[in-house]
Order: sequence, then structure tokens, then C-alpha cells
Amino acid sequence: MSDSTVDADEVRHVADLARVALDEDDVGRYADQFAEILGHFETLEEVPDVEAEPDLVNVMRPDEVTESLDQEAALENAPETEDGFFKGPKVS
Amino acid sequence: MADAHNAFVTRVEIEGAAEGPLSGATVAVKDNISTEGVRTTCGSEMLADYVPPYDATVVSRLTDAGATIVGKTNMDEFGMGTTTETSAFGATANPVDEERVPGGSSGGSAAAVAAGEADYALGSDTGGSVRCPAAFCGVVGIKPTYGLVSRYGLVAYANSLEQIGPLAPTVEGAAELLDVIAGPDEHDATTHNAGASSDYAAAATGDVDGLTIGVPTELVEGADDEVRRVFEGALDAYRDAGAEVEDVSLPSVEYGVAAYYVIAMSEASSNLARFDGVRYGESGGFEGNWNESFAETRAENLGDEVKRRILLGTYALSAGYHDKYYEQAQEARAWVRQDFGEAFADVDVLATPTMPVLPPKLGESVDDPLQMYLMDANTVPVNLANLPAISVPAGESDEGLPVGLQLVGPKFGEETIIDAAALLG
Repeated sequence: MSDSTVDADEVRHVADLARVALDEDDVGRYADQFAEILGHFETLEEVPDVEAEPDLVNVMRPDEVTESLDQEAALENAPETEDGFFKGPKVS
Repeated sequence: MADAHNAFVTRVEIEGAAEGPLSGATVAVKDNISTEGVRTTCGSEMLADYVPPYDATVVSRLTDAGATIVGKTNMDEFGMGTTTETSAFGATANPVDEERVPGGSSGGSAAAVAAGEADYALGSDTGGSVRCPAAFCGVVGIKPTYGLVSRYGLVAYANSLEQIGPLAPTVEGAAELLDVIAGPDEHDATTHNAGASSDYAAAATGDVDGLTIGVPTELVEGADDEVRRVFEGALDAYRDAGAEVEDVSLPSVEYGVAAYYVIAMSEASSNLARFDGVRYGESGGFEGNWNESFAETRAENLGDEVKRRILLGTYALSAGYHDKYYEQAQEARAWVRQDFGEAFADVDVLATPTMPVLPPKLGESVDDPLQMYLMDANTVPVNLANLPAISVPAGESDEGLPVGLQLVGPKFGEETIIDAAALLG
């Protein structure tokens, strides 16, 4: 049996971390589904330690200025802009 | 033109160069691949009006090769689904049987090819999203080796797993399309020199004399009886053509679905944070501070499955659970990679049914997410191991539904799987 009983508070907490507003119906439904899905994920505990391949190495190159999207194109899809900047809600 | 199967989100006509290997050919492009000036929705309300200011590398390569792009195809929202039912633009129907799903997430691409509305299509495959719809619609689909095809301009779901891949009525056609899109790209640092001057189409001969085919028993035992019957029939065709078929064991793949979903959801929870209704995406204009506005925008414009994956990914990465889920999933991924590596020391290719089930009826599988995830058991190990695989029609069930055979090759072994698959299609 799985020890991952997910309660409504945990769903609310993770939704808050993920910045997704949920209504109470969602919370209950997700709590049930998450318990089942996380129960399946817990089988990963049986996976043995594996001798991992060598770590990847960083490949460096000189930093060069090249052509890229201009400011106007970059802002094209923003719902609101002001003076060439994105405009968002206040931060706090 | 009427779109009887709802295969397209947007119909367009983007003319390609006058001459090239694909001149005269029509190609449908999945709607998570950026097209300059043509909206690219990812099947989501969030991006219903998003118009990319640039083309994906694969799109430029198609038009440079002379292809005409005829539309942007329907898909599970952000690629998250196995049936193309999670799209905000409605479900796509399977042209083989319109009461059934076309598979997903590239269901619109497979349906467009199966219905003859495009000669070829591009899909993307994060955990089977090209191969599954190819199998369900009775067409050919290739998931290339990680790094063979540029992901520049592909809207990311889970970067470490996904590749853009071709769909076509025949193996040779899919190989021809792969020749056009494969090869290194300065805009995607994960691309590789392999494929720079490929001729995969020439490899599609179906010559399997002396080829050794391994059959991972773990990925056959769970399949439906009808699927197994068609699969065994295909293996007989390979034996008759001179191939040797032997059982192999890949114990790690029993953990494939769990490892895949933990990694894919974790990456998705980070990737999809960009849809904040400020830089792009539906705004907003909500009251309150940034966090509240952001949470409301996402609540309103993302679908149920996408929210589920963002939340579970956030959970798997959160304090106290990271080691238990994410670290263990990475351990399993290393094990899967090692298992495949050992198998390819003894065999040339591996064969499995592409999907363990026949195409479900529309509406049948949407209410049970875990059951839907388990349908991906045979495709996700390939993405975890970054390997190439092809799905080719292997025959039909008693009711006439298509069954796909999946052939998996070693890294950059596209020629081998294309050659072997050409025996069937």
C-alpha cells in the first residue's frame, strides 16, 4: 500500500508554489488522482544504484554579439507594453 | 477545404522554394512548432493568439527544400496527452475509425497524413507523441536520436526528452523528410553532426537478411491479445526474410513510465512558468499583485491535464520530495540507458508493439490519468535512453484497426531501423 496519501492542504500548498489558482472541486479531485499517481511513482524506490556514465563537461565558446530579434518583435505578443518594456502587475 | 477530422488548428499555405527535394510536396506542421507570422497555439487557450516572430529551424528547412506548408495541426495541449483529446480546440478523430482517437500528442499530424490532407507531417515526440499516433492511424512515424534534429522554435515541454520527427504514409517518405530536417543547428546547442549529409531515404530497402532482432519480453507481455497476434505475425515476416529473432530482457523498463512522468512533469513545471500573461499568453488584466494575477491567468487558460502535470512536477521537485522522486527517476533513467546499451551489444535492433492497446474510443480514457500514462509503457523508455525508433504499420486487428510495430536502434542508428522497417512499409 502506498504511503502517499495526499491531502487537500498539500494540493493547495503545491498549487500555491506553482502559481495555479484552484477551486475547491479541483482540489478534491486532484488530491485523489495525485494519491494514485504518486503511488505508482513510488515504485522508483526499488530502482538499484546504477554506475552512472561520466559527467557531462561544459563546452565553451567565445561570447559574440550576433543578430537577434529586435525589441519591437520581442514585445509583439505581450498583452501590455510601455516605452519598449513589458508591463506587468505590481510585484507585491 | 473541410477538415472532417479536426486535424488542423489553423489552415495556411506557406509556399516553399521553387526547387528542392520536397518541391510539390505538402507538409502539415504540429502546432507547437513556430511559424513566423502564423499563430502557434500548442493546442492551448493560453497561446490562442500567439504569433511567433520567427520560424523554427525545421520549418525553414522544409520551405528551403521546396515543401508547401498546408497547416498547423491539432495536438494535446502542450503535447501532454496520448489521445489528442486535451486540445483546447476540440478532439481530433481517427480517419481509420472516426469514433476512435488518433493517438497523441501529434494526433492532428497523423490524421492529416492518414486522411491524405497532407503528403507528410511533422510531429514532436517527448514520450511517444509521434509513434503513438502513427501506430493508431496506420502511418509511419520516426522519433530521431536526441540531438539529430534541431529543437529551435519547438515550444518546450520536457527538453531533455523531446525530438521533432516525421510522419508519412511510407517508411521511405518519412526517411526523406528526416533527411531534410536532420543535421546540426547553431541555434540548438544539443544538435549533433550526425545527419549533416544523411541519405536515410536510400537506406529504406527492407533488406533484413542476417539482421538480429531482439524482443524485450517485458514490453510484449502487457499487450492486448489482438496486438500480440499482429505483432507475432510481423516477427514471422522478418524471420521469413532472413532475420534472426531472439528474446531479450530489459528489467529497467518496468520503471519507465514512472521515471518518464516524474522527469517530464518536473521539466514541464519549470518550462511552462513562462506563460505568465505578461510576455505572452492570455493576460491578465487581473486585479491583485503579480502572484495572484499570474495564478489566475494560468487557472483560466491552461487545461486540466496541463495543470495536473505542472502541479505534480512542482511536487516532485519540492523540498522533502526531490530525492524521493526526481533523483530516483534520474537513477532509473541511467539504468534504462545502460540496459539498452547492453542489449545492443547482442542485437541490431529491438522490436516491440508500438502501443500495447488498440486505439480507444473518443472519451473513453480521459478520466483516468494514470491509466492513460500506462499506455505509454513501450514508447517512453526510448526517450529516456535518447535512442531512435520508428513505428511502422504491422497489420490490422480483427475489426480492422491498425497495429504498429516499433523498431528501436542504437544511438544515431537511424539507417538500420529505417532499412528494417521498410520490409513492412
